[in-house]
Amino acid sequence: MNTEKLGFIKSGTPWVWLNAGAVSISMIMVIGLVVLIAVRGLGHFWPKTIWEIDYNDRGNLILLLGERSIVETVSAKQLNASGAGYQFEDEFVERTLLKIGNRDIYGVDFKLITKPGEVEVRKPKDAILFERTQWGNFYGYLESIEESETQIPVAADKLWQELQTRMSRVDELRDQIHQIEKFDIGRINYQLEKLRLQKRKLELEGINDKQAETDISQGRDQLNQDYEVLKNELDQLYVSIARDRVLMRVANGQQKYIRLADVVKASKPNAMGFGTKLMHYFVNLKDFLTDDPREANTEGGIFPAIFGTVMMVLLMSVIVTPFGVVAAIYLREYAKQGFVTRLVRISVNNLAGVPSIVYGVFGLGFFVYFVGGNIDQLFFPEALPSPTFGSGGLLWASLTLALLTVPVVIVATEEGLARIPSAVREGSLALGATKAETLWRTVIPMASPAMMTGLILAVARAAGEVAPLMLVGAVKLAPSLPVDLNAPFIHLERKFMHLGFHIYDVGFQSPNVEAARPLVYATALILVAVIILLNLSAIYIRNHLREKYRMLEQ
Amino acid sequence: MSIDTPALSEELLSGKESKILDQEDICMECHDFSLYYSEKQALFKINMRVPSKRVTAFIGPSGCGKSTLLRCMNRMNDLVDGVRLEGKLLLRGEDVYDRSVNVTDLRRRVGMVFQKPNPFPKSIFENVAYGLRLQGISNKREIEDRVEWSLKRSALWDEVGSRLQENAFSLSGGQQQRLVIARAIAIQPEVLLLDEPASALDPISTLKIEELIFELKSQYTVAIVTHNMQQAARVSDYTAFMYLGELIEFDATDRLFTNPKEKKTEDYITGRYG
Repeated sequence: MNTEKLGFIKSGTPWVWLNAGAVSISMIMVIGLVVLIAVRGLGHFWPKTIWEIDYNDRGNLILLLGERSIVETVSAKQLNASGAGYQFEDEFVERTLLKIGNRDIYGVDFKLITKPGEVEVRKPKDAILFERTQWGNFYGYLESIEESETQIPVAADKLWQELQTRMSRVDELRDQIHQIEKFDIGRINYQLEKLRLQKRKLELEGINDKQAETDISQGRDQLNQDYEVLKNELDQLYVSIARDRVLMRVANGQQKYIRLADVVKASKPNAMGFGTKLMHYFVNLKDFLTDDPREANTEGGIFPAIFGTVMMVLLMSVIVTPFGVVAAIYLREYAKQGFVTRLVRISVNNLAGVPSIVYGVFGLGFFVYFVGGNIDQLFFPEALPSPTFGSGGLLWASLTLALLTVPVVIVATEEGLARIPSAVREGSLALGATKAETLWRTVIPMASPAMMTGLILAVARAAGEVAPLMLVGAVKLAPSLPVDLNAPFIHLERKFMHLGFHIYDVGFQSPNVEAARPLVYATALILVAVIILLNLSAIYIRNHLREKYRMLEQ
Repeated sequence: MSIDTPALSEELLSGKESKILDQEDICMECHDFSLYYSEKQALFKINMRVPSKRVTAFIGPSGCGKSTLLRCMNRMNDLVDGVRLEGKLLLRGEDVYDRSVNVTDLRRRVGMVFQKPNPFPKSIFENVAYGLRLQGISNKREIEDRVEWSLKRSALWDEVGSRLQENAFSLSGGQQQRLVIARAIAIQPEVLLLDEPASALDPISTLKIEELIFELKSQYTVAIVTHNMQQAARVSDYTAFMYLGELIEFDATDRLFTNPKEKKTEDYITGRYG
């Protein structure tokens, strides 16, 4: 029996099981995580049923209308003891967090209801969901449509159709307004600011150039004229968009006018078939990916955050790769191997273990205040006291993250260089190549897959980093993207939005945490997807390089 | 075992050896050439001459310093830390280790092929064109011509002429080694150093390399290190036998193998050690 046991251990079977078990647990955790955020996040965009519930709220019969947000089973004891006046006999009670919306009327978005209190539950086909630009969702019934405060005579069954046509008109107008405000007026503002800075610069330098001054004031007049034209156009559009409104009835019978201009999307989820729901689902998903956020980030899309994240990671890659590679080449190929190089290596490895917030503090102190401040003094004195580079921005965030990830690139590149067989170097040298030529023409191309590996690791670390970014440039809401149509097109000094920071902000800093919770999951999913996508493209390039410099005999 | 080195060298220099090469144009020569790896001496006052446009073979047991000597001829030993040299090593009368010598120029004049084929992970064409591009030749036509010429010269053109853009690692070991030779002769060196060029190859590839070496001597001075005495006997005109860092005997190949003058040489070629 004893030898049998020993034999079993010697056979290595337990070891294999242990290894396989470790792999399985890791896989389950990773897959579980992704599935959890995918289900929670992606489920948010599926049009949900609107329930109409006769609810017995501890004796008062009320009518509720809303979506079931979270359904959970809680112990009755707990509810009874909560002091809210419940008396349940059963051991467990099903409790629903009902999203009733209409914050402008009720003051809250959610209501907790218990299963025993639900007297009657219906799925009214004509219940309507409005997603609004403010006050969150609206649930109610359509009573009538008014144009310029006069009711339009439309039959009750045609009302919804009429609303749709009017909504598409409003959408079009809204697009026009957005175009003018964001791009045309944005451009004029940008140019006006530039002129102001030009003038200020002339003043600062004490140059008394009449010609330049007239040019500036002429330019300004011209821009102001352009602005007046746009302003008129805009005013008309605003009048036009405010033309229609609808009279809505909410669950408790109260009536309310809602301007169509405030409605982003109108839908009747209960009347939708599966196909329509699917269509709505993808439209919602697309809007989430391509729209700007609304209402303190708790509604709308996350496009600026995706853009900011990708932009920052790309910029960081562009900075960190050459920097790390050059450092590694010097360390491995040129530096005399000895105590000093060993010391440098140890320091580099230790740098990789420094908490990222420390880099954030360093980035703020060195890049933002010192470098940025001096750049402002030297090159942008006209804009002072408002900082140009002297406050957090895309460039400083990228530089800070580059610093954070440069050890990874150095280590990976060094390992890659060490793996190049000396026969290849000798072959090149024997043909009359100098050391630099050998490096440049043979060794570095052969080590390029290792460099890409370093970059992949760097991207993976940088894209998920949030803490240092809070100090050096990520913000809750950036007024404009770091890339736009105003010369010089790429504005590295601008603040930017970041998916990681967005998750933190929406999940923990927003005024309406419950409503925003699905968005947190969805944003987390997008962040993971963005990182995977960035990594996959780097891996693709690396595999391509590997194939190119493959050596059959190692 | 200690050997009376100076006497031996003087004898070689003054006596038989100089007569052996009387009819030859001398390409490289060593005068009291010694080499130390840190404190350990690897070459002991080598005196010999390498004749032009002939094949000179270096034989001897492992660790006898023949590869070291060969690698000195184009200063590949510069890459090794702690190497110290004494004496002179001349190429066409100029000291290879003189301060004024440009190492890369020297290596262009003295090409080298290593034991294991070491093509670059590039296309066959780019492998051969590598040295040409290093010389700054950018004329496409000229490069193509030189690549074709080199591949023909190294008897590889018939096999790879139609697939020059393929990766060099798709070739067999023997083909790779001939490619490396083609790469070396593409820059038209004066001397070609071959460091056991066939030791990693199968017999058929070895035969092809040997034929190639025989061909090459019409144009280049060839110095070959080999463990294989039959190979030395087949391809070389002159043979140097080295033992423990010393040059024991140098003679025309026929004579050295049939009638060695030194006891050690005889012992070695008859297989008593090595």
